[in-house]
Amino acid sequence: MEVWVGLFVAAGFAALFMLAMKVSNMSTVSSGDGYEIFARFGNIGGLNVRSPVRASGVLVGRVSKINYDSRTFEAIVTLTIENQFNQFPTDTTASIFTAGLLGEQYVSLTPGAEDAVLKQGDTIMFSDSAMVLERIIGKIVTDKLSE
Amino acid sequence: MQFLLCGRVYPALHSVQCPVQAESCRLTGPGQTVKLPARMQDSPGSDILIRVRGLTFRRGERVIFDNVDLDFQRGRITAIMGPSGTGKTTLLKLITAQLTPDAGSVEVASRNIHALSTPELFEMRKRMGMLFQSGALLTDLTVFENVAYPLREHTQLPERMIRYLVLAKLQAVGLRGAAGLLPAQLSGGMARRVALARAIALDPMMIMYDEPFTGQDPISMGVLIKLIHTMNDNLGLTSIIVSHDVVETSSIADHIYVISDGRVMDQGSPAELERTASEWARQFLKGLPDGPVHFHYPAGDYAEDLFEN
Amino acid sequence: MKTEATAVSANGRLDAIANAGRRAFVFLERTGRAGLFLLRVLQSIPAVLARPGLIVQQVFSVGVLTIVIVLVAGAFVGLVLGLQGYNVLVRFNSEASLGTFVGLTLVRELGPVVTALLFAGRAGSALTAELGLMKATEQFAGLEMMAVDPYKRVLAPRMLAGFISMPLLAAIFSAVGVLAGYFIGVGLLGVDAGAYWAQMQSAVDFDEDLMTGFWKSLAFGFAATWVALFEGYDAEPTAEGVGRATTRSVVSASLLVLGLNFVLTAFLLETDT
Repeated sequence: MEVWVGLFVAAGFAALFMLAMKVSNMSTVSSGDGYEIFARFGNIGGLNVRSPVRASGVLVGRVSKINYDSRTFEAIVTLTIENQFNQFPTDTTASIFTAGLLGEQYVSLTPGAEDAVLKQGDTIMFSDSAMVLERIIGKIVTDKLSE
Repeated sequence: MQFLLCGRVYPALHSVQCPVQAESCRLTGPGQTVKLPARMQDSPGSDILIRVRGLTFRRGERVIFDNVDLDFQRGRITAIMGPSGTGKTTLLKLITAQLTPDAGSVEVASRNIHALSTPELFEMRKRMGMLFQSGALLTDLTVFENVAYPLREHTQLPERMIRYLVLAKLQAVGLRGAAGLLPAQLSGGMARRVALARAIALDPMMIMYDEPFTGQDPISMGVLIKLIHTMNDNLGLTSIIVSHDVVETSSIADHIYVISDGRVMDQGSPAELERTASEWARQFLKGLPDGPVHFHYPAGDYAEDLFEN
Repeated sequence: MKTEATAVSANGRLDAIANAGRRAFVFLERTGRAGLFLLRVLQSIPAVLARPGLIVQQVFSVGVLTIVIVLVAGAFVGLVLGLQGYNVLVRFNSEASLGTFVGLTLVRELGPVVTALLFAGRAGSALTAELGLMKATEQFAGLEMMAVDPYKRVLAPRMLAGFISMPLLAAIFSAVGVLAGYFIGVGLLGVDAGAYWAQMQSAVDFDEDLMTGFWKSLAFGFAATWVALFEGYDAEPTAEGVGRATTRSVVSASLLVLGLNFVLTAFLLETDT
């Protein structure tokens, strides 16, 4: 009987471990140990907390906080970047892209050429706002009409 | 092997018994000395172990007991008799404080049992054995483990000592050979005997039997009567039997209370009750079909009823 | 004649109202008793921790004996999710998201809920029947007369066992379901294996999804065991009484689990944003 209970508890913990490592994102995200940088956007579109931050398509961090600055009328997005990716130049550009036409939105970092690197608490100077589909369509339509 | 118990040498551990007045006793076996649980001091002098005064108990509107006085003498067999549904089992539950009365008191060994705190009550119950109608054996334990259960719960006896004690108790009820069986494999009479062995496992000062003879064949009935009698004599137990089996109960009881409708209808020794003046008690004890309790359930006139339409 | 008729119907209405009131009163009274019962069981739990043997024994009868049904049900639910998810997703050309669908559904909702329903049906009914039978055969009274507290020796170990077993069973259910979804999606329908796991990992969050499921299963285990124990301990000590209590135990526990799931989902989703 004790053996069966032991097996049962072991199987339960094995299942929990499998769910944690294989099914959830626990193995891919080391939350907490990263450094925070800020980026300002005129429009963040559908960006969420926990949206990915990518550089050249590689996941380097996640959006950890989104605030609105009522003085400058801009969104302030806090990005938590993993410590191993600490070589982003200070003139890096942050853009909001969409994965596929209708997929999730993410922040893309495009490195610049400066020697100094971004550190904890720095703010990215250059940013491209989200492409909002309606606006693009509207622009195409007005361009066509004005031709 | 020899055992030294309370200063006396026992040739072999057949039955372990402590003198009633001993505060505690040492059980010395081969290579081990064990302290048995201390007994509470009874108040000596009084030969009435349980004193029930003015007991009143209601269930909703129904009055089960109405100002009942009862005395249970130390070392004697006292029987409570009465028709089914008069609350005989309820009386046992009141004495053991499984139920609380609406008025009146129950004194066990000079202490009001309903005024005890839970630990005190549990301490008291260790000295009160009770034999339930169904046996109330734990269904997932063997006969041996059932008898060992109170010992394991309340003592720190080593395994060998528990084995000696359990086998001695089972031997006393004649079921040592059934030690490995499960309760489901026992007949009703055997289950009651195992329950009896369990009830005396902690060497109580008293034991209560709830309808011990109901539904027994003549042989197991005889076995139970003999057991109750010998238990009472050999162990110096105070016994209370609740029953409606007149003949069997009269054969062993020292004193009988006949109760009905929440009152004591009659009392006395079996011989006294034989010559009772109470018509009701006579009808009950002799099992007469008609008397103060009528054969017919109250109804209107028979002829009128028949030709009504 | 007419006034008499109205008097009768008014009487009938009054009776109906009185009846409803009585039922409500009985319900409240039962709920109150169940609450007091839970309190006493919880108070007795510290005493049980000193006797791990009792808990192991109950984890066996509550957890181990439920594992087969959980394995089978988990596998079938996973297979259906894989098949159904694939059929829907393939229309949008996004069958690669099958992992997301299977993983999220199992970990957040179906794992805890279905496991709790199975738990109520298998372990809960067994608990109720066992306790009801113990009551019918005077075993509780017998224990009390042996100066043994049934709350400490009988009820509290079962409560703890339910509490321990449920999350483990739910985890096993979800894990088996995910594997079954993998088998259908990747093995039979040709979804890319890497995509299945990668999509699942990117969508299922450890804190928000996995822990939500874990807390839910803990709450469900607690609720289902509580209902089962109370119904058994409160059962009428007759054969029909035990039968009725067993049915009621499964029905009430299942409804409680579903209701609790709604409340917890709303509550846990709210704390997310």
